Amino acid sequence: MAVTAVIGRRAPRAPRARRRPAWGNPSVYFVALLLIGMMLAPVAYIIVGGFRTNAQITTDPAGWPNPWRFENYLDVLAGGTFWRQVLNSTLVGVSTTAAVVTLGLMTSFILARYRFRGREAMYSLFAAGLMFPLTVAITPLYILVKTLGLMNTLPGVILPQIGFAIPMTIIILVPFVRAIPDEIQEAASIDGCSRLGFFWRMVLPLSKPGVITVGILTFIQSWNSYLLPLFILNREETFTLPLGVQAFASQYSVDTAKVLAFTSLSMIPALVFFSLFQRRIVGGLTGAVKG
Amino acid sequence: MSDLDRENVRLATKQSPDLTTGGGGTPVVPPPAGRRARKGIGWPARLEIALMTGPTLLVFLSFVILPVVMAAYYGFFSWQGYGPAEEFVGFRNYLFIFEDGTFIDALQHNGAIVVLSLLLQGPAAILLALLLNRRMRGQTLIRVLVFVPYVIAEVVVGIGWSLMLHGDGFVNTILADLGLAWLQNDWLSDPQIAIWTLMGILTWKYIGFAVILFLAGLQGIPEELTEAAAIDGASYWQTQRRITLPLLGPTIRIWAFLSMIGALQLFDLVYIIWGQYIAATAGTSTMATYMVANGRNAGEYGYGNAVAVVLFFISLIAALIYQRFILRRDTDGAITGGRN
Repeated sequence: MAVTAVIGRRAPRAPRARRRPAWGNPSVYFVALLLIGMMLAPVAYIIVGGFRTNAQITTDPAGWPNPWRFENYLDVLAGGTFWRQVLNSTLVGVSTTAAVVTLGLMTSFILARYRFRGREAMYSLFAAGLMFPLTVAITPLYILVKTLGLMNTLPGVILPQIGFAIPMTIIILVPFVRAIPDEIQEAASIDGCSRLGFFWRMVLPLSKPGVITVGILTFIQSWNSYLLPLFILNREETFTLPLGVQAFASQYSVDTAKVLAFTSLSMIPALVFFSLFQRRIVGGLTGAVKG
Repeated sequence: MSDLDRENVRLATKQSPDLTTGGGGTPVVPPPAGRRARKGIGWPARLEIALMTGPTLLVFLSFVILPVVMAAYYGFFSWQGYGPAEEFVGFRNYLFIFEDGTFIDALQHNGAIVVLSLLLQGPAAILLALLLNRRMRGQTLIRVLVFVPYVIAEVVVGIGWSLMLHGDGFVNTILADLGLAWLQNDWLSDPQIAIWTLMGILTWKYIGFAVILFLAGLQGIPEELTEAAAIDGASYWQTQRRITLPLLGPTIRIWAFLSMIGALQLFDLVYIIWGQYIAATAGTSTMATYMVANGRNAGEYGYGNAVAVVLFFISLIAALIYQRFILRRDTDGAITGGRN
């Protein structure tokens, strides 16, 4: 192995970017390519399938589009259904994420830097929330949301989503806020900064990496969520994308090509969002595991 | 709480009156809060605590804790979801759950999925993480691409795979084209095969998460150790087996925990691909799909809540056993408020 060759040249845990790139073993590339192929082939099938006609799909399910047809995609994009669902999903995702980040950071600040009776209990309560998965709570949640008169409304999805995202958020953010040195707080206080001023001016910027990770995870989870909208949203005009995709798939079950086009388009926002922030997701998970 | 801790709290609150609650001048490890600590808190700080945690607590208690309590309550009623729940039936719902063969089937499917996830996905993900941790070009891109299925919505995954796997779909056609027609199968509806199909799809969808997690864990292993092993003449595989794997232990145990809980709660993919009725005959139903099919969709909300409670207790017991015997050393101190 090349391991011995680099002794003494690099500090332990040096960031990858600083390493000299090396080509390494060809078999590693082979396995990696095979893996990527297996991970991406189904995605490619869905996207490419949308460019075919139903006749092409029936006669040759494994063939390439010949000729490439754009009608399926254009039809979906020209219809109002898709865009309304994109809008609904965006509203749900953005509100959930904004609320989770704001509430999570405020609570983490208190839990990390205030001493009061019940602090431990509060932290344990939130941590215990990890044990209450949405699946278990879904039937009563439906009843609760119905009682509150929030059936078929987006807040009926947003509020429970916030609740269920809180535990993970607090567990990720508390260490960030706690890691801010006390000296900074003392200095701020000497300069006449109140505790809340300290929150805005120091805690917020210093916990940014944690906040971004939490925000991305919450947004993607919300964007993809299926079970909760399935219970709460029954009217088509309130559907989020996952519900919309499924409704479209059953409504046009004979029109496979169009279903593939609709499904492809619904993937795009999550994929774009992911590719913009992937460094943060992977980095955030790294931080979380390292503790 | 020891007397020493109390003394620390007292000192901390005395030394910096402006920051009584902010932790100014405290020892490196903050002492746990206790009765004494409360004395140092002024009204402004209490107001801040209330304002900053109040909304979070409200949302959390109403939409997470309350539903679980409600499930426990409604589980004792025969109730169709409208009007007040009046027909108290005691434990009848619960007795019925465990007498229902389709629930027992679903429970067994969940059990199989837990075991297969741990036995198949874990080793595969560790091997892939070791592979992707080796020096190579385009590493970042490969890591990102492995993560793609995890980001795609369950609905998209479900619809895509069911289109590919049905009778004369993409997969069977490709097999025929490759001269492997004997491998063609009724992937979705043959009860002998469907559970393996489900495992395949689950692995495809979630292995990226495991790989990223393990890669993160691998980054935390000091390179001196593997380098020292290499100097001592250990082969690559010896190094991995004797040094890397044991050090990756905490990450593996946390992944296994998440995987187990996820497998017990599994709903989306099964419901989307198999639907509530076919899942039972194809042998892929889970406790959660059983709950939705026999609770909400059947209009039996009391019964659905009882199933939710059973699902909750099964997950809880599994989690507690796991935490007690396996996770314990990893989480010691993490929740008790040490700096982590």
